Amino acid sequence: MASRTHIVEIRNLFKSYRRGNQILPVLNDITLDIDEGEFLALMGPSGSGKTTLLNLIAGIDRADSGIIKVGGIDITTLSETELAHWRATNVGFIFQLYNLIPVLTAFENVELPLLLTNLSRKERREHVEMALRVVNLTDRMNHYPGQLSGGQQQRVAIARAIIPDPAILVADEPTGDLDRASAEEILELMERLVHELGKTIIMVTHDPRAAKMAHIFMHLDKGVLNAHPQVTL
Amino acid sequence: MHILKLLFRNTFRHKLRTFLTILGVAIAILAFGLLRTVISTWYLGAEMASANRLVTRNAVSLVFPLPLSYKDKIRQIEGVKGVSYGTWFGGIYIDEKHFFANYAVEPKTYLEMFPEIILSPDQKSAVFRDRKSAVAGRKLAERYGWKISDIITLKGTIFPGNWDFILRGIYKGRDENVDETAFFFHWDYLNEALKKAGRSWADQVGWYMVEVTSPSMAAEVAVKIDQTFKNSLAETLTETEKAFHLSFIAMTEAIVIAIQMVSFVIIFIIMAVVANTMAMTARERIGEYSIFKTLGFGSFHISGLIFGESLFITMLGAALGIVLTFPAARIFSKALSTYFPVFNIATETIYLDIGASFIVAFVAAIFPAWRAINIRIADGLRRIG
Repeated sequence: MASRTHIVEIRNLFKSYRRGNQILPVLNDITLDIDEGEFLALMGPSGSGKTTLLNLIAGIDRADSGIIKVGGIDITTLSETELAHWRATNVGFIFQLYNLIPVLTAFENVELPLLLTNLSRKERREHVEMALRVVNLTDRMNHYPGQLSGGQQQRVAIARAIIPDPAILVADEPTGDLDRASAEEILELMERLVHELGKTIIMVTHDPRAAKMAHIFMHLDKGVLNAHPQVTL
Repeated sequence: MHILKLLFRNTFRHKLRTFLTILGVAIAILAFGLLRTVISTWYLGAEMASANRLVTRNAVSLVFPLPLSYKDKIRQIEGVKGVSYGTWFGGIYIDEKHFFANYAVEPKTYLEMFPEIILSPDQKSAVFRDRKSAVAGRKLAERYGWKISDIITLKGTIFPGNWDFILRGIYKGRDENVDETAFFFHWDYLNEALKKAGRSWADQVGWYMVEVTSPSMAAEVAVKIDQTFKNSLAETLTETEKAFHLSFIAMTEAIVIAIQMVSFVIIFIIMAVVANTMAMTARERIGEYSIFKTLGFGSFHISGLIFGESLFITMLGAALGIVLTFPAARIFSKALSTYFPVFNIATETIYLDIGASFIVAFVAAIFPAWRAINIRIADGLRRIG
């Protein structure tokens, strides 16, 4: 198997939270490489720091110290504005509660990230329709989130995540709020994104079935990552 | 366009709350507009004053008269174009509740000096011919259903007795800001009666109106008039018509200040109401703003959504309030025509309404926008669900 480039490189990452006068360490000296096109599952008990690690990789939180390189860019050195621009083009987000904007239709929700680009209205429409085709939801594009099932809402969220063609997709318990059938649908869709579109997915999950779909599974406990990732596939 | 659509839909997410806020803003703007109109009406006399006209009165007080003989001396002063005179009559029609301004004037010079009072040529000559004639403003005549040739009786307060006048003229104002509720009659009629009764006010006038050849001469002429009568039994005080009106307003300054303060308090209250709505809105949507930030939207977009919504709600309320101000002013004007003969919404009042609304919208959105911009994305996302 040919060696692949690291799309994510993390070195000596520390993160803590302040609660009153107390400082609570969350991540402790994390070092991790993630290859391009990998589907990585992060598991661990509640409070182990999984979501924090995901947020740091996605550039929506700041580390205390350490280096996080994504696609060769050390995102810890970017300003808030630079980080916002970087997120818009490099990261796609999939959340447990879908996080769609309730007053926008499925089409408009998916179109949101493209409003930050210079694409014309026609080009945006083409892109959105293509993304909705990928998640097999073109027939529901004019529905509001409240008119869609949980699984359908999550598929809209995935379409929104992939539309700017980001280098990585981060998913925080994407099946956590879904029934079994919908959860499997979503996991299969995510696997297709990796295999067919070559996306890198980093997924936090509590669900062992979800973790099984991933190529690599890592365990985080009390802010410490397993030294040797287990390859599941 | 997409963002505007989002802004519009966000505004009506909580229809009742938005409706009540818009209604609150509308009522506040309506009240603000009416109060500002009361203030501008208060100053209307001064605003309408001609720069060419001076008022000469007794230096001690307006209640003391000046001799009629001053008229010719004033006319001889350089820079004086015309002189008219008048006396406050203070008559009562029916009873004290039916108040309107009524005074005795020398009608020919008076009408020449006040071109804003429009009387038809026929009526004008009829007034000049008949010493018992009187002229009433259009609104006053409408209020009491007076017609030309009607006999109107006023009960004198300063000058006791019942005074009969024949209505020979009904004047109109040159524009909507001219008081059309005044009543005036021949000074000669009053003077003859006073002479017959041997009253001290005979051959005395309450004030002189002096027209100058140019506004630049006004100050100089005023000084000359007062110097002419210095050390006489009745020293004069001459000032511009505007200053004369302002001296009356100064007596009621406390009321004007109180009304001004109330108008600003109303704006402050509505600012708090809109700020409360925007704070609730922003708190509820803090998770959504975090989603926007996650997707790469910056502070500019987030604050744009909040300021835009605040502006949208406030301007809708302001528009409704401004529209309602006009019929409200008409009702107000009818109900209080005795105190406010002219009650028109000035263009400046509308600008003030709009300006106040912009300030309300902007101030109300500052704190919610600051909060939404500064919350950490991770903290905002945790609030969802």
